Amino acid sequence: MISLTHAPHAHAPMAVGQIMATVMLALVPATLYGFWLYGWPALFLWSVAMATALLTEAASLFLQGRAAKPALLDGSAALTAWLLAVSLPPFAPWWVAAIGSAFAIVIAKQVFGGLGQNVFNPAMAARVMLLISFPVEMTMWAAPLPITSGHAPGFLQSLAITFGGADWANPADGMASASLLGHVKTEFTRGVDLASSLPAHFAAVQGGLMDAAWGNRAGSLGESAGLLLLAGGLFLIVRGVITWHAPVAMLLGVAAPALLAHALSPAHYLGVLPHLLSGGLMLAAFFIATDPVTSPNTPAGMFVFGLLCGLLAWIIRTWGGYPEGVAFAVMLMNSLAPIIDRYVKPRIYGRDRKGKSLQLEAKENAR
Amino acid sequence: MNPLSSLFSSFRARGGVHPDGRKDLSAEPPIRLLPMPPLLFVPLQQHVGAPARLSVVVGDLVLKGQLIGASGGNISAPVHAPSSGRVVAIGDFPSPHPSGLPSATVTIAPDGEDRWIEADVLDDPFSLSPEEISARVGAAGIVGLGGATFPSAVKLNLSRKSGIATLIVNGGECEPYLTCDDRLMRERADGIVEGILLIAHAAGAKEMLVGIEDNKPEAIAAMRRAAAGTKVQIRVVPAMYPMGWDKRMIQVLTGKEVPAEGRSAEIGVLVHNVATAWAVREAIRFGRPLVSRVVTVSGAAVAAPGNLEVPIGALAADLIKACGGLLSDPARLVLGGPMMGTQLPHLNVPMVKGSSGLLALTGKEIGLRVAQNSPAPCIRCSSCVRACPAGLLPLEMAAHIRAADLSSAVGLGLKDCIGCGSCSYVCPAQIPLVHYFNYAKGELAALEKAKLRTDATRKLADSRNERMARVVREREEAARLRVAKKAAAEAAKAAKTAAEKAEVVA
Amino acid sequence: MFIAIFSLTVLGGALGLFLGYAARRLKVEGNPLVEEIQAILPGSQCGQCGFPGCAGAARALANGAAPATLCPPGGREVAALLAAKLGVEVNLSEVKNAVPRIAEVQEDLCIGCTKCYKACPTDAIMGAAKQIHAVFREACTACGKCVEVCPTEATRLIPVPVTLQSWYWSKPAMQGTPA
Repeated sequence: MISLTHAPHAHAPMAVGQIMATVMLALVPATLYGFWLYGWPALFLWSVAMATALLTEAASLFLQGRAAKPALLDGSAALTAWLLAVSLPPFAPWWVAAIGSAFAIVIAKQVFGGLGQNVFNPAMAARVMLLISFPVEMTMWAAPLPITSGHAPGFLQSLAITFGGADWANPADGMASASLLGHVKTEFTRGVDLASSLPAHFAAVQGGLMDAAWGNRAGSLGESAGLLLLAGGLFLIVRGVITWHAPVAMLLGVAAPALLAHALSPAHYLGVLPHLLSGGLMLAAFFIATDPVTSPNTPAGMFVFGLLCGLLAWIIRTWGGYPEGVAFAVMLMNSLAPIIDRYVKPRIYGRDRKGKSLQLEAKENAR
Repeated sequence: MNPLSSLFSSFRARGGVHPDGRKDLSAEPPIRLLPMPPLLFVPLQQHVGAPARLSVVVGDLVLKGQLIGASGGNISAPVHAPSSGRVVAIGDFPSPHPSGLPSATVTIAPDGEDRWIEADVLDDPFSLSPEEISARVGAAGIVGLGGATFPSAVKLNLSRKSGIATLIVNGGECEPYLTCDDRLMRERADGIVEGILLIAHAAGAKEMLVGIEDNKPEAIAAMRRAAAGTKVQIRVVPAMYPMGWDKRMIQVLTGKEVPAEGRSAEIGVLVHNVATAWAVREAIRFGRPLVSRVVTVSGAAVAAPGNLEVPIGALAADLIKACGGLLSDPARLVLGGPMMGTQLPHLNVPMVKGSSGLLALTGKEIGLRVAQNSPAPCIRCSSCVRACPAGLLPLEMAAHIRAADLSSAVGLGLKDCIGCGSCSYVCPAQIPLVHYFNYAKGELAALEKAKLRTDATRKLADSRNERMARVVREREEAARLRVAKKAAAEAAKAAKTAAEKAEVVA
Repeated sequence: MFIAIFSLTVLGGALGLFLGYAARRLKVEGNPLVEEIQAILPGSQCGQCGFPGCAGAARALANGAAPATLCPPGGREVAALLAAKLGVEVNLSEVKNAVPRIAEVQEDLCIGCTKCYKACPTDAIMGAAKQIHAVFREACTACGKCVEVCPTEATRLIPVPVTLQSWYWSKPAMQGTPA
């Protein structure tokens, strides 16, 4: 019998590889800015993460006896590595990126069955693993020293920082710095409230926020450039790669409690803007929470997912032991995504939300 | 209905996709008549329901419109000769069906005169009773020409019984490439409007709405002109696939939703296609059965795309020839639209009542470039969920079907799937989602049939065993009776001899 | 030391007694599995599996003495249902009748002896003495008894022909994903 192809005989132009490529394109501005801000070490770290991801992906597929080429070409491994790289401290040693990348691909993705099967976002799983295992390396933030400025580490010095384990964190060098959230957490532990700790950190709060928006302060490689990430996210929404539900809900989930708490007690709770522009929130809202594999299926489900991600992140930041909680929040919600999918389903045409057939109007009136 | 609620209802209609329309390829040239082919191959099954029963033999001379196959049941439609000529063969011929299996077909060699049978031309068709119109529509072999090919008379009778209020005439034509309804509305709007009035008369509908997608401004203008002064209202609906899904059209035009376990007639709505309305008018006013239809011939591989009025039974090859032949070897031949149409194995397949389009598509048009590494693993992007007009979760259903768990797929609403293909169209991993669903529906139907059969054969086996047991029992009974009789006889004999002996003694 | 040994012995003994009691108390009479399996089997008692009728086959299946693929007339569908019921893996390609089959009487060979007619467990063969017999498709389970008894080899089993009415799409092939 002749084997004929089932309809449809037309196809939308978007394929998996193009989705991944579009997401990476959206990450380019923030990443390039990060390279400029933190210099050669950031680029080295990014390259190590990328190379490790591709190598471990190929090795995993080879061990499973599956064709490596289509999987490598779809760009999912590269995207995972990219997302991980931009969430690392830029001056972290190379092995942090390598271990993280390998963990993301092998443990968080391939062990679950490869693309589309993983429960947790691989980049966030790796970041959390690194944070728990190597807390010192993962919280050594560098003050931004733009590559064009005279203080930036040179090429050889950068090689030493990334690959040689140079002790750049020596305070005498004047390069180490605390992130805003880390600073706040430390000061709280010392019993200093916001009113006295923040001005010490930022000469002028307003100016500090502007800097934060542009990423001009201590933070990870790409996540500090909030506005550029926002622009990348909007680009993805316009291109139809992601929907607005999860990002908007996640930002809302952080902003709403922050607004309320800050209004109640400004000395104990950070305001909305520092929350929105700090840590990995922008990155997570637009690039991690929207990861199709580990998030719910329906737009409504995505909204619930995003809102709870944001709320959890704010709770962990405010009352948790870690200064930043976005990665934990996303991972917790990843595990809840199937449950959200179970309860948030689209209504089937001609049926009510419970799946019962709609009643005829005449019958309804008769009752 | 006010404009606000109309806006609300179209807003509420969820899902859908926006494929590249490509209607400009064939929309401009007027409808041309296909030159009469040397042979016409008319299948007896061109509709939903029982096949027509053959009513001619090889060698018969037939006139155009003469019955060659009578309606084969309650849900069936008759088939008529598409031109005058001689029946030269009756037998299996490739059918326009995805299986490529042959079906019973009457082959007619036209004599070139194209002579109609004597027909009953009416000056005032509205003098006929609704029942008479339905009967004539049935006798003319009219079926849903939008592609569903459900016998129209059955729908009319059902509507009259249910008491419908609204007749919706579907001019959506949401499938890309197809322009046959568009051209028909532009060129034959008056006839269509008369057909609509006739259908409404037959079905007892008070309100008549024609839904036309906003990408056909000329058809809208022509229909508005034709409908002026009548109660037929022309409504413009947004262009999107599948706007032509009857239940979607109902929802957008009336704001009503057809219950999943009900029919549209039960909410007082009847839906017919514009081409069906034209065919009804031809049948009622001029007594002409359905023997031809307008077919869009299009695709980048066709030299001169356009619309042809085609006698039923003309081969796809005849249509392609009339459109200037093929420019290149097509990557795929499709009967119908690209979203739901059937791939044709070759061009020696006849056009039937439901054939709305014949497409010769190039590799670029069917998205071969996109489909290179396909299918890839599902990344749960849920594009299919957003595209599904029925509100289903295609990715979950396909995963269950892949794991041979059909009952879970049914639990997720497999039976509410309309097979429109929107999910497969958008899937970035090129997973053949709708293929999974149609496979599962077929498998479920086959399992159901097999189960009924097993039950029936088990009953047969049981009744046979019982019968065998009864036979054995009866035989034993008979044997026992015989033995008893014999014993009784012997006893009697013994008694007799004893008595005799006694007598002797006495 | 002794206390430990003693206490563990007592504990083990008590729990053992409890388990023994529970096993007796909660014992299931008969094996419901046999009846459930019998409901799956075609019921034509054809004996092709080598067991005395479908009830015998069901007992053997329940005891694990026969594979889920034992029923030739049942084909793949019954094999799959049995495997699911018994919770075993089954290789459906082992099933003899991969496609459903049906008996056919070849008219030019049939002498009208009525042997097949009498042998058919589901009364699927119609006909009378000295007349050509015909198979009633809907009732035939392809058990093959008629094939055994036919003196002229006029009966045979053929695959059920696919028609436009019975055809449906086959399952999409899976590529690029692990099986």
